[in-house]
Amino acid sequence: MASESSDHIYQSVDHLFRRRAGQLIATLTRIFGIERLDQVEDAVQDAMVRALRLWPYQGAPDNPTAWLIQVAKNRMLDQLRRESRLTETTDEIEIPIGGEADAAFANEVHDDQLRMIFTCCHPLIPEDGQIALTLKTVGGFSVSEIARAFLARGPSVTKTIVRAKQRLREFEIKLEMPTPDKLPSRLESVLKVVYLMFNEGYSALEGEELVRTDLCHEAIRLGELLAGHPVAGAPKVHALAALLLFQAARLTARCDAAGELLLLSEQDRSLWDRAMIKRGLYQLRRSASGDEVSDYHLEAEIASCHTLAESFESTDWPRVLDCYEELLNRKPSPVVALNRIVALAKVRGVEAGLVELEQIAEDRTLRNYYPFYATRGELLREAGRNNEAIECYRYAHNLTSSEPIRRFVMKRITDLSRER
Amino acid sequence: MPQYILLLHETPSDFSNFSPEEVQQIFGEYFAWRSKIQAEGKYVGSNKLKEEGGRHVSMRNGKARVVDGPYAEAKEVMGGYFIIDAANYDEAVEISKGCPHLKYDGWIEVRETDPVPAG
Repeated sequence: MASESSDHIYQSVDHLFRRRAGQLIATLTRIFGIERLDQVEDAVQDAMVRALRLWPYQGAPDNPTAWLIQVAKNRMLDQLRRESRLTETTDEIEIPIGGEADAAFANEVHDDQLRMIFTCCHPLIPEDGQIALTLKTVGGFSVSEIARAFLARGPSVTKTIVRAKQRLREFEIKLEMPTPDKLPSRLESVLKVVYLMFNEGYSALEGEELVRTDLCHEAIRLGELLAGHPVAGAPKVHALAALLLFQAARLTARCDAAGELLLLSEQDRSLWDRAMIKRGLYQLRRSASGDEVSDYHLEAEIASCHTLAESFESTDWPRVLDCYEELLNRKPSPVVALNRIVALAKVRGVEAGLVELEQIAEDRTLRNYYPFYATRGELLREAGRNNEAIECYRYAHNLTSSEPIRRFVMKRITDLSRER
Repeated sequence: MPQYILLLHETPSDFSNFSPEEVQQIFGEYFAWRSKIQAEGKYVGSNKLKEEGGRHVSMRNGKARVVDGPYAEAKEVMGGYFIIDAANYDEAVEISKGCPHLKYDGWIEVRETDPVPAG
């Protein structure tokens, strides 16, 4: 029956359909089997199209999820019957459909999605395939949205997904939660996908702003989903969730009114998302149980230092520096080394930072890495060595094709040239 | 107040390329339009018509002739209708102009009902 009260949710709730698509695919795949994933995806698409044709006239049903799942299920059953692999008794396949607020149903949907995430992120599937498949089947993202977010072309994303599905078939990967003995190692690849998904949305400064923010929020949703699971929710999952929440809380303040990029030191901290910071703190507290200090713990700690500081100056830089040193000990990486030096310059002074920068400058990875030159430029500028700073900014400018960053660096050059 | 019937004609096209996000957006547009007419007290009713051609009934040589409607071959079909209250054609047309149906390759036929005067 048409319900006026349920109509308005389609205007007010963000990404409801995208979420529903993910739920539906996960639930129906559980029922019909992972080997029918393609058919399930088509059936879900059909159900959405059916809704699109019908609901404008009749209003949305009281329980849209139940409606969609029923229509998609019927499509699947029709197909199976046509394939005549099943007898008429298939009518009796019962799909429990709870109300929107039914807790047991919600749990079941969560479990379906978690199983799906673990399946999509199976280590036998290449990493780019893991991410694309997760976004498509769990997140309800379309191929073109994934392509836009990753600055890839649609056909190449399609190929990535096709290859990932081939792997599912080839290795007969099952739709199931890993057994407890395998869970820890399988969890690693799931967390990595969530982490990469977030970074892709967070760090790339090109592409469509909206869809990249969506990517961040989807990563957070999956992170919190994992964190809430009694078995999968290990301390490091909470740490990852905390990290993502702290980072995302600052998204709104990253640009000024004209859309130009702002450094952490320049951001209006009152614009940071308080509710999200609160959720981050909750996850951070829960990450503290257990003995393990994962890389995610260290990164979450750094993010919390930045996000909880009243001002840029009052940031707990020694703590940030400690965390970066620990991270560097664990996995020597020129990028972490560069971040460490930024913190070090805050603790021991700009000159000390510049000396250390010289030491890592030989690293080949950094030779074409614009943040290296941008960082060096910042430190030189702070040290009052304007000519050298301009030189560095020019380098950075040539190394990146990102327009927001080019504009940012250009502005620095102009400002410094004026001071000369 | 006179009643108008808005007949929503459309090409039986393939919607299957819409992403969930686009589906959501289109719903949003339809519901916004519907809610507005409802809020103004002008909405009377609406119905989706089934997506087959229906039946065409005619009389031939004193015998009823029934044929299936030509849905599959048709270039356009009637997707459904809305009935609204409006002061005159101008207002009914104005309301129709806001219907998202027009954005998605459809067109709308606006007809005034012709009730028998009371009394």
